[in-house]
Amino acid sequence: MKPGSTSAACAALIRRDLTLVWRRRGDAVNPILFALIVVALFPFALGPEPEQLRRIAAGVVFVALLLAGLLALDTLFRGDYEDGSLEQLVLSPHPLALLLACKIAVHWLTTALPLLLVAPLLGELLHVAEPVRWVLLGALALATPLLSLIGAVCVALTVGMHRSGMLLALLVLPLYVPVLIFGAGACNAALAGLPYVAPLLWLGAALVLALVLAPLACAAALRISLS
Amino acid sequence: MPIPDSHDRPALLEARGLAFARNDEPIFGPLDFALHPGEVVLMEGDNGAGKTTLLRVLSGLLAPSAGEIRLNGEPLTLARLSPQVALLSHQAGLKHDLTALENLAFAAGLHGVRAGLSPESALAGVGLDGYADVPVRQLSAGQKKRVALARVLLAPVGLWLLDEPYANLDLDGIRLVNRLLDHHARRGGAALITSHGAYAYTSGTPRRISLHGGSSGSRDALGSGGTAESIAASAAPTAAPTTAPSENRA
Repeated sequence: MKPGSTSAACAALIRRDLTLVWRRRGDAVNPILFALIVVALFPFALGPEPEQLRRIAAGVVFVALLLAGLLALDTLFRGDYEDGSLEQLVLSPHPLALLLACKIAVHWLTTALPLLLVAPLLGELLHVAEPVRWVLLGALALATPLLSLIGAVCVALTVGMHRSGMLLALLVLPLYVPVLIFGAGACNAALAGLPYVAPLLWLGAALVLALVLAPLACAAALRISLS
Repeated sequence: MPIPDSHDRPALLEARGLAFARNDEPIFGPLDFALHPGEVVLMEGDNGAGKTTLLRVLSGLLAPSAGEIRLNGEPLTLARLSPQVALLSHQAGLKHDLTALENLAFAAGLHGVRAGLSPESALAGVGLDGYADVPVRQLSAGQKKRVALARVLLAPVGLWLLDEPYANLDLDGIRLVNRLLDHHARRGGAALITSHGAYAYTSGTPRRISLHGGSSGSRDALGSGGTAESIAASAAPTAAPTTAPSENRA
């Protein structure tokens, strides 16, 4: 009569969430299509001059990925909340924050990583400048997990409410804006030939902080949402 | 099963002055009762009497507004939930896109496995052998309930909190639930089950807690417990919550 190990619980959770995404892989493509459409619309609105597009390329890709991530955010805990799995998660003998960190990691892996992989293509669509290309990828690699972690806390707070979509956006956007400023700021600095490392380091520092604190905040928020 | 003097060992579950109110509106309580190893207690109450809420409070998902809960003599807090409780709630906690066996394998990873059981044998134990690879989406409501029961059966815990375990089940399923409860009680576990009265645990004469004010079927006189609200609550036996349960069992 002893509970299993915590690592076994995390492995079971990761395996289950990956299986679930695989069974519904059609839905997983939605954020990518969304980002692709947003980016593809800009040249139509602003005109096809490469010089103008180059100037806004990094910012547009950043915003497109941020919004696509926001679109996928609500699914993080929604299904588990509705079918009662979340209760079982909370009632398990293992640290809830750790289990939630696994869930957030899988969510990032299945929603943000594909976006990250198409980001170079999105950049090419807007004639992204050569020096900016790698800065953009680096900034996105740091920013997307940060956005997932921040977003997870907000989702955990709102998951118990009906029609929480608008509230979630209101909660999340102010917290996303600094990430956007630092990320796009690094790209703009690189475009202007200025040093761009500092904003990237800020993003990295914030990511480390969020990695530690967000799962704990998420666990506390979920306990509130379930009661 | 002869129960050694229950006064010596702490009750699996003990509630003292337990009450819950939502937005200052009392849902139930105050309740005093104890569950000892080998006991199955049936909680009765009309729809909306607060049975589900009570189970959520007892499992630790909700904080009581008054009173305390002790599991094996140790107080239960929201920050430190007990790993000794299996909760079966209305939302069965099953993923419809996964097969019955995948759902149980996940539960086994999350909660651990009772010695001598495996996801496969638990599924067979609820009469679903042959359905291991069927997605839960394609199972009937009763079969889903059986999968959820298999999850409870699989968990290495002493205390079962089952919310309407008989709902959606056919006669065979009802007998199955009673058999599982009997078996669980015989090996020293305890269970608290809710029912709105249509079906009930029929093996022996289980102790009853009544959560409804109106019908007084099995209510004991309760001096201080009853509230003045329309939702009165009572628990039986209340006078001596720590009496040996075997007296009440056939």
